[in-house]
Order: sequence, then C-alpha cells, then structure tokens
Amino acid sequence: MNIHEFQAKQLFAQFGVPVPRGKEIKTPRAAEKWAAALDAPVYVVKAQIHAGGRGKAGGVKITKQREDVPGLTQELIGKTLVTHQTGPKGRKVRRLLIEEGAGIDKELYLSLLVDRDTGCPTFLASTEGGMEIEEVAEKTPEKLFRETIDPAVGFHPYNGRNLAFALGLPSLEKAVVSPFIKMLGNLYRLFMEKNASLVEINPLVITTDKQLIALDGKVTFDDNALFKHQDVQAFRDLHEEEPLEIEAGANNLNYVKLDGDIGCMVNGAGLAMATMDVIKLAGAEPANFLDVGGGATKETVAAGFRILLKDRKVKGIFINIFGGIVRCERIANGVIEASKEVGIKLPVVVRLQGTNAEEGRKILLESGLKVDVATDLWEAAQKIVAMKRKKRKKG
Amino acid sequence: MSILVNKSTRVVVQGITGKEGSFHATQCQAYGTQIVAGVTPGKAGQEVEGIPVFDTVRDAVKVTEATTSLIFVPPPFAADAVLEAANAGIWLVVCITEGIPVNDMVRVKRALASTQTRLIGPNCPGIITADECKIGIMPGFIHKKGKVGVISRSGTLTYEAVNQLTNLGLGETTCVGIGGDPIIGTGYIDLLQMFEHDEETQAVVMIGEIGGDAEEKAAEFIKREMTKPVVGFIAGMTAPPGRRMGHAGAIITGGKGTAKEKIAALEAAGVQVVRNPAEIGETVQAALGG
Repeated sequence: MNIHEFQAKQLFAQFGVPVPRGKEIKTPRAAEKWAAALDAPVYVVKAQIHAGGRGKAGGVKITKQREDVPGLTQELIGKTLVTHQTGPKGRKVRRLLIEEGAGIDKELYLSLLVDRDTGCPTFLASTEGGMEIEEVAEKTPEKLFRETIDPAVGFHPYNGRNLAFALGLPSLEKAVVSPFIKMLGNLYRLFMEKNASLVEINPLVITTDKQLIALDGKVTFDDNALFKHQDVQAFRDLHEEEPLEIEAGANNLNYVKLDGDIGCMVNGAGLAMATMDVIKLAGAEPANFLDVGGGATKETVAAGFRILLKDRKVKGIFINIFGGIVRCERIANGVIEASKEVGIKLPVVVRLQGTNAEEGRKILLESGLKVDVATDLWEAAQKIVAMKRKKRKKG
Repeated sequence: MSILVNKSTRVVVQGITGKEGSFHATQCQAYGTQIVAGVTPGKAGQEVEGIPVFDTVRDAVKVTEATTSLIFVPPPFAADAVLEAANAGIWLVVCITEGIPVNDMVRVKRALASTQTRLIGPNCPGIITADECKIGIMPGFIHKKGKVGVISRSGTLTYEAVNQLTNLGLGETTCVGIGGDPIIGTGYIDLLQMFEHDEETQAVVMIGEIGGDAEEKAAEFIKREMTKPVVGFIAGMTAPPGRRMGHAGAIITGGKGTAKEKIAALEAAGVQVVRNPAEIGETVQAALGG
C-alpha cells in the first residue's frame, strides 16, 4: 500500500526522523491560516498524489511571500497532474502539503528495502540526491552504496558508520554524521515495526545551517501485514486507487487494470500472467490481470464478470481455468449461472483443463449459452482474438 | 530416484484440524503419502481420518519420527509454525500459506540459516514426486512418473506444464513449487543442482515470472553447471511496471525484474525459453531428442 508524502513525514516525525514543519491542507483558507502559523522565510506548496515526478509536472510551488500561499493553494487544488508515473489520464490533486522551505547545501539519497537476494533489509545511499536512483545505479554505480542489516541482531551503529564513511559524510559536513547514524537506526525501527516494504528519502538534505532533514518521503507498506497496523490502514486514500481494483479487492479478487480490450479471468496468478501473454501473442492486448484464486466458485466468477464488464474497453472475455482441486464442472456451472445473472453480450471463450474438464465443457456446450469452449490454451487465445475482430467489423 | 521426497518420507501436517489442512492431508494420504501426524495446539489426542493429532511438532516428531512438515497455518501464525518445525528437528518444511508478512519471513529465513532445515515456499503448491508422494495442494492425477524435473514460482501454471509433460508421455520425477513471495526458503539453484545429480531426471522445466532476479542468478548457474537440458517459461511479458501481479513477489520495480531481461539471461545460458506456455511439453520432448 502506498501513502502520501505528508503521511510518510508524519511517520518519520513519530520515529524521530527530522522533517520540515508542515501540514496537510485542502483549502486556500486553511492555507492562509497555516502560513501565518508557519511564519517561514520560504513556503513550499506540494501537491499530494501517489506518484513521483510532481515537481516537473508543476505540482510543487515555492514562494517567499506568505500572502501568495492561498493563491498557490487555489491553483493546485483540483488540478490534474500528469507525471511519468500517473499515465496520460493523470491524477487529480485533492490535498496539499504546505511546509517551510529549507536552505539546501547538499542533497543525498537514502532508502531501505528488503533485498530479495540476501533476504535482508538493506540500506541504499548515494551522494546524488534528488535524482532518480535507477539512473544513478545505471550511470554512476560507484556513487551508490549498500549496507545490509542482519535481521537477527538488527541495526547497529557500525552499519551507520559504514554508510556514513562510504558517502564521505565526515568531509561533506562533520556535524551531520552522528544525526545520520541515528536517523538510520530510526528508519530501520520504522521499517520493521510498521512492516514497510520501502522507505525512501530523496532528497535527504544537509541544510545551510548544518541540519539533516528528510525533504521528501515515500513509504510503502506490505499489504500482507496491514492486519497488524490500524494506524497504517487509516492512511489509505481510496481516491488514489482504480475503482475497479477497489471493488475487486472487496470481493477477494486480484485484479489489475490494463489498457487492452480482451478481458481475462483466470485461476492462479502465474497462469493469469501467462494468459495475458498468450493474448498478446495471439495479436491482441489484455484488458486486465484477474486471478480468481485457486478455489474459484460461482460467486467469484460472477464477481469477476461484473468487474470485467464495467471496463468499457473490454470487447471479448477469455476465461482460462485449470481445474486442480477445483472441479471444472463446478466452474462450468458457475460460468452459466453467473453469465445469466450478469447478462453477457460480448464474445466469451471458456477454456477448461484439468479435473473433470471434459464434463465441464459438455455442460457449457449443452447450456445453450453463447460461449465458445476450448481445451487448448493457444487455440482458445486465437479464438477470442478472432471473435473480437469479427464482432468489431460487424458493429 | 527423485529429489527431496519419496514414498518413505514421513510427514506431519501443521494446522491439520483446519478446513484446508484436513482436506489436503487426506488428499495427500490418498495419493500414497505417509501422513504420520498432525499438529494443532490444544487438540492432542484427536484424530483426522485416522491421523493422530499432537499439540506440538516436538511431540509429533518424538512419537512418529516425522522428518517433513506440511504447513496450512494462517498467515499471522505461519512464521511461528515454520520456526517450530525447525526447532523440532524437521528436515524439510513445506509451507503452503499465502500472505505471510515479508518482514516475518526475513527473520525466519535468517533463523533457518543456522539450522539443518530446508524450507520450500511459502505461498506455493508444495512438492510432489510422481506416483510416490504428494506434499501439497496440487492435483495428484495429472502427474505421472517419468523423466522431467519441474521448478516453478507458480501454482496452476505449473499444473499446465505438468499436464503437457504427462500427456506427451514424458512424465515427471519431482515437481517443486518454490513460491510466489519475495522471500522464499529454497530457490532455483539448489533444486537445479539436485536435478542435475538425480539419475532419473533427464531434463528440467523452469517456470519463472516477473520480479526479483532469481531467474538471472539461476541462468548463471545453468551456464556454469548444468549438463541436462533446461526449458524455461517466464510469465508476465505483458505485465506493467510497478504493479503487483497477484503474487507478492511478481512486481517490476525500478525497471528491474522484467520478463524480457530474464528471458535474455536464460537464453544466453543455453536455456530454451518458450514464449507460448502451450509449447512447454513439446519443447522438452524436442530437447530430449523427440
């Protein structure tokens, strides 16, 4: 789960990581009041959306004039920002973070995540703050430093010293070395206690008055651990999520919306991805990823249909089920009942394989339902792509 | 021959009195697996289809000499269950549970490093040696004793491949679902090595997906050490970056972990990577000389 920058900074503050004084603001009036309370030499007004690249898209405004703050707030609230991470549709700005500006001397990069290779939490740090870290890793890997934390003993000051000296922090600014080490310890504590999957500060700045401050902040949480943390759940912002994905989640379905026009419904995540790939191989684009789970039932199939049909782009539906423990005749009955319930006018191809596949196909064929039935995965994919094309020509 | 498990493997099922646990324990037993014990704290003395239930894995091991454990414990308690099994001296732990917090697994993985215990999974269908022993939730009937070893991060996609192998008469030795989570107990390399040394295994099918760089690491190993043919498939060619595709580990982050990169690495290592998962079986057949 992703959260907003202002929420990440609230968490940072809670864990003793220094952040600029700031507040979440939704109206020009609140902005005016908060600016007066801040009384800072520089004000920063930042659009809060779950996407990077806000600065370049015009989502961050800086002013020295306190009286300009409400106007900038007016300008940003309700605006749609298009960044490299939002897609062409962009994201509507509903809230801002207004904080005091900092005098920047140096910009660093710092993040913490679980390294899948070692299975250990690992800090990444760089002197190239403010840049996309992927770019640093590619162009100047020698400026990117790692420190792996042994989860059995946790973070120790030596971990901090390793990174501080690798970065050359003592010669950059001696006064921040010990706060830096302390900050790493606090971030590690946040990461483990709150079950984060990523904590990123970019940039982490050394100010002109020798302070170390998290100027930006990003925290992502492990969805599997949300049950442990009511406070983290409260950070969820449904406006930032795809409505169909919210609905799918409520039905315990795993759905990711894509841009194509063949809707697919599959049991199992790996097979669902493979099905998308096969649709592409057959010459069309998948409209979504949808895993109805190992134990697909009539209810999950019906919920799946409803979600697929709400995506207006969908021109054909491909159901691919490998019956393992789930028997195919049950799936077939589920498809029949669900399609009656939902009322489907689009071309549908159902491919059944595995336990009682033969029986399942027979049930579908004899149901009078207008679905095409297939056994072979490749044949099924070609079929749905051809049916969609035919339908489009007619229409 | 086979790897890791065979008909003499003695299995304890943790979480046996739950709905999933009892169903699959009986399914495994019906396949021929020696399910010798079950564990549910507080339910010692009960039986599930004739399988004795114990309070702790330690008790179960003491009485039944189980060496392998199959875990169906819900996510909040699964990490604890894995550690309990390791502490009781279980040699192989197969964890089916999906949804274990990553940071729990980080601690478990570190703790297991100082034991003799091997973990398969979590978030996997389990392990099966065809016609001998099924320790997991896969449909037993699609498997047939034969000559191909299978390693996969997925569930139903593995069944797809196995079904093709069986229908072509190639059959399987052992099939291992290594799990779809970012942190798993056993990766490709250990299993590739075992299959390389297993006399009956003549070829290996490796099914990967987007996320992480386990396939790239495996490719280096294959290039260096494997003499048997390896056929690969990577799911998620069409997956968008930054989105988790069902499995917690199936995500492209920072431009890394794409199917394209993985396929290139595997092909450079001499692996025959099929683009169409419907062609896995035929490709293995061709690799084995028809």
